[in-house]
Amino acid sequence: MISYMPYPVRIDDIVVETEDGNQKTFKLVFENEAHRKAWRHVPGQFAMLSLAGQGEIPIGIASSPTEEGHLLFTVNRAGKVTTALHQMNIGDRMGVRGPLGNGFPINTDMLGKNIVIIAGGFAVTTLRATLLSLLARRPDYGKITFIYGARTPGMLLYRDELKQWAQREDIDLHVTIDREAPGWDGLVGFVPTIAGDVAPSPENSVALICGPPIMIKFTMPPLEKIGWTDDQVYLSLENRMKCGEGVCCHCNVGPTLVCKDGPVFTRSQVKQLPIEY
Amino acid sequence: MKVFKITPAELDAMIQEWSKAHPVYAPALAKQPAASPDCAPGWSRVDGNAPLTLPVGPPPASVKTFFFPQPETLLTYTLENNHPDKGLMREPAKSQGIQVVVGVRPCDARSVLLNNLPYQEDPFFQANRQRTALIGFTCEQTRSTCFCTQMGGSPLGSEGLDLVFSRTRDGFIVEVGSAKGEALVADLDLAPADESEISALAARRQEEVKASSTELDTLKGRELGKLYDAPLWQPLGESCINCGACTFICPTCYCFDIQDEVVRGQGRRIRYWDSCMFPLYSLHTSGHNPRGQKVQRTRNRFLHKLKYFPDRFGPFSCVGCGRCVQDCPVNIDIREVMTDLLAVE
Amino acid sequence: MPTINETVSEEIRAQARKLLEEGTVAAVIGYAAGSLPMTVKPLVVRSPEDCRKLIWNTFCVLNLANYLPATLKSVEPPRGPRDPKPEGPLPKVAICATGCWSRNIVVQIQEHQVARDRVVVMGVGSRGMVSKRKVQALFDGREILAVEEGDHELVIQGADFSETINRWSVVRDNCQTCTHPDPVLVDVRIGEPVSERKNPNPFMQVDALEQKSGDERWAWFTEEFSTCIRCYACRNACPLCYCPTCFVDDAKPQWVGKSLDAVDTGLFHILRAYHCAGRCTDCGTCETVCPKGINMRMLTKKLNKDVLDLYGIEAGMQPDAPLPLTTYTMDDPQKFMVAEPSAVKEGK
Repeated sequence: MISYMPYPVRIDDIVVETEDGNQKTFKLVFENEAHRKAWRHVPGQFAMLSLAGQGEIPIGIASSPTEEGHLLFTVNRAGKVTTALHQMNIGDRMGVRGPLGNGFPINTDMLGKNIVIIAGGFAVTTLRATLLSLLARRPDYGKITFIYGARTPGMLLYRDELKQWAQREDIDLHVTIDREAPGWDGLVGFVPTIAGDVAPSPENSVALICGPPIMIKFTMPPLEKIGWTDDQVYLSLENRMKCGEGVCCHCNVGPTLVCKDGPVFTRSQVKQLPIEY
Repeated sequence: MKVFKITPAELDAMIQEWSKAHPVYAPALAKQPAASPDCAPGWSRVDGNAPLTLPVGPPPASVKTFFFPQPETLLTYTLENNHPDKGLMREPAKSQGIQVVVGVRPCDARSVLLNNLPYQEDPFFQANRQRTALIGFTCEQTRSTCFCTQMGGSPLGSEGLDLVFSRTRDGFIVEVGSAKGEALVADLDLAPADESEISALAARRQEEVKASSTELDTLKGRELGKLYDAPLWQPLGESCINCGACTFICPTCYCFDIQDEVVRGQGRRIRYWDSCMFPLYSLHTSGHNPRGQKVQRTRNRFLHKLKYFPDRFGPFSCVGCGRCVQDCPVNIDIREVMTDLLAVE
Repeated sequence: MPTINETVSEEIRAQARKLLEEGTVAAVIGYAAGSLPMTVKPLVVRSPEDCRKLIWNTFCVLNLANYLPATLKSVEPPRGPRDPKPEGPLPKVAICATGCWSRNIVVQIQEHQVARDRVVVMGVGSRGMVSKRKVQALFDGREILAVEEGDHELVIQGADFSETINRWSVVRDNCQTCTHPDPVLVDVRIGEPVSERKNPNPFMQVDALEQKSGDERWAWFTEEFSTCIRCYACRNACPLCYCPTCFVDDAKPQWVGKSLDAVDTGLFHILRAYHCAGRCTDCGTCETVCPKGINMRMLTKKLNKDVLDLYGIEAGMQPDAPLPLTTYTMDDPQKFMVAEPSAVKEGK
């Protein structure tokens, strides 16, 4: 049986991620030890964040299963529930219902492959979770290329971790911003351009792409040019969701339910669907 | 399966008997509030001595309301400051005991089985199913808007019913369809039905099977893209006013929204009927709407019933009750939509 | 001899065909025959060949003005949100309109939803439209399989009956109390004009309600609206309800609860009626399309009466007339009306 009951959690920490203050990462700890032990997720899954009196919102899980004892969610302030969440404080109680959806195939199709991760803006959250999971069992995967772009340096999420990853020999990291900015000595240019420049050959590789639709659209041609096929590319779809369990029908794209069958799909699967996402 | 016979007077006495032990509902003859403590809009609580009268064909309100009440409380909580449980969700107490719904038509009984496919794992729907006994009456007569035989049903169908009453010359024969049904007649001293009447009903059912059509089933094998891009949607979407009338009167439309409601510090999380006809249904917070056009929403509702649902679960999500045909303000007729879809090359 | 409506139908088909063939209009909004007795389908015709589908009968109960803004948009050349308006005049749309619908078109013009020079009104004098519900009520659940329409009577047929009834006796309440059955805006005249109806009291039904005590009115209101299922057919069928986001759908803030609480349902209907004050033409579409037969028209009718009493205005009678509730004059009695900026200074 599915349950509409969220696990009670407390806000343990809040990090303001971006210069505009609209992205905050919430560190949540379970109130109940049994819930903490029962929780299992894979990167790419999402959960419903539940605020009593406000409602629920589906948010990708930003923490890796390897970070035990807590969950991280990076939330963009946009609607009713996220605005209320941004006003909450450390120590406050809320709820988490999940994990929901399928997640990235880190234990199946991605094993032994070269991995290219391409992220734009704040869609990087579940890809952070993915990267940490890959690093935790680094020998199980081939070369890892991580491409991440934001509008300005101050709009990049997880800046401290980006610095740490940059030091590592076993990640090919490319962080880019849209336009030149004072104090920025890294890459400048849009994600699709960078992806075209640095993406490895498609041989024995898979790509995970998350970002605004326009970024995904322009990232594909350079990849296709060097031989990538739609089966090798994983995307994560978003649609309005309510139940998160494949019952309420809100997120349907044709016969597919994003919350249950997805949110992760190969690009060839997405191409079979009507454009209703 | 046990089969009994019963006279109309005995039937009324039987309903009387049930109403002493359980809440018993029958199709309302006068108007019924949409929200009532009983949460059975369109159905009235049977308590007096009035004999059961049923309209020809399906009654105006379907049985959906008993399984998927409008609204259903999923969780409750307090928001009182300084309360130790502030913001902690609690499961509401579930209603206990059997409720008996009398006067259910075969189409509506099938709708419960169809809705059960997506709701297989839903605790609230399942609890409501467990406590609801459906007492069915096969259709002697149908309405001109009935098309159950095209959707895989039958006016004489017994699927999903706990007890099934069928007219005979001087009363009814009663088929017991489930343990729940059996329990309802266990203490009554009913006479077994005559063999001749049992076989007469079986013969009539055979006739119905012969008359039913499986033509629509060919839709299931069609390529989605072709049906999706068919020219029929444009004029249909143009005339549709995107209200939720069809959705809400439909026994097999089952989608819902979830909202929090707080009154004086006490909150509840409810689910209530929603409609894919409403633009808000699919609107993203960013302002992007994947089905922002009226035509996309109209198409979604019909393709959900006739293509998406069968793709996932097998059968169509329509029982052919004809309620939407009767009540659509702009006369969008699903029978015509099906004919047009079948003609798509 | 053809009936009045058969003649009207023939003229609508001929005129629509002519307008499309000449290229005067790109589309015609009218009605096609329905799939059930006493029903019609709204239809937008875009080719002369399709004009044969157009019909007119006594069951044309849905206000076609509701389709006008979207149809006008649909005939414009496609362009992106930032593209400039194309040069030259935009294509026109013709629409069949009775008295009240034409008044709604006038309101749309006044409220800048519709440009007058893009609309060709095919004016039809209304003889009053029949309420399907009133007819069904006469037959007590017996299914009506066919209805034959004469000028003054209807022949109602079922599986085992055929009865003739007087047409006027089953005409909708709003049509029975209507005083302006003939269109106020006519570009192409269809059929014969219908004269203004001298109705002794068009607000008879409202008066009857007003004479009740407060408790009785409350009882009427709670009972009448208790069956609402919040399908919003009344709102969506109304040409006045064109807000991109209705207050009931707004989530931030959420003004109205979403379940079937009587307070929320009542609030929706009362607020919607107030939004229509001074704009409603009593076309009766809201009441007609309601799947539960709720008489929400009584609320708007009451407000129509108030607007007539207070301002002497009936909605949509003249395109260049001011809108009663969005217009002010300097001699309005309110305290916040201040004549000159200098007067403010002096006052200080």
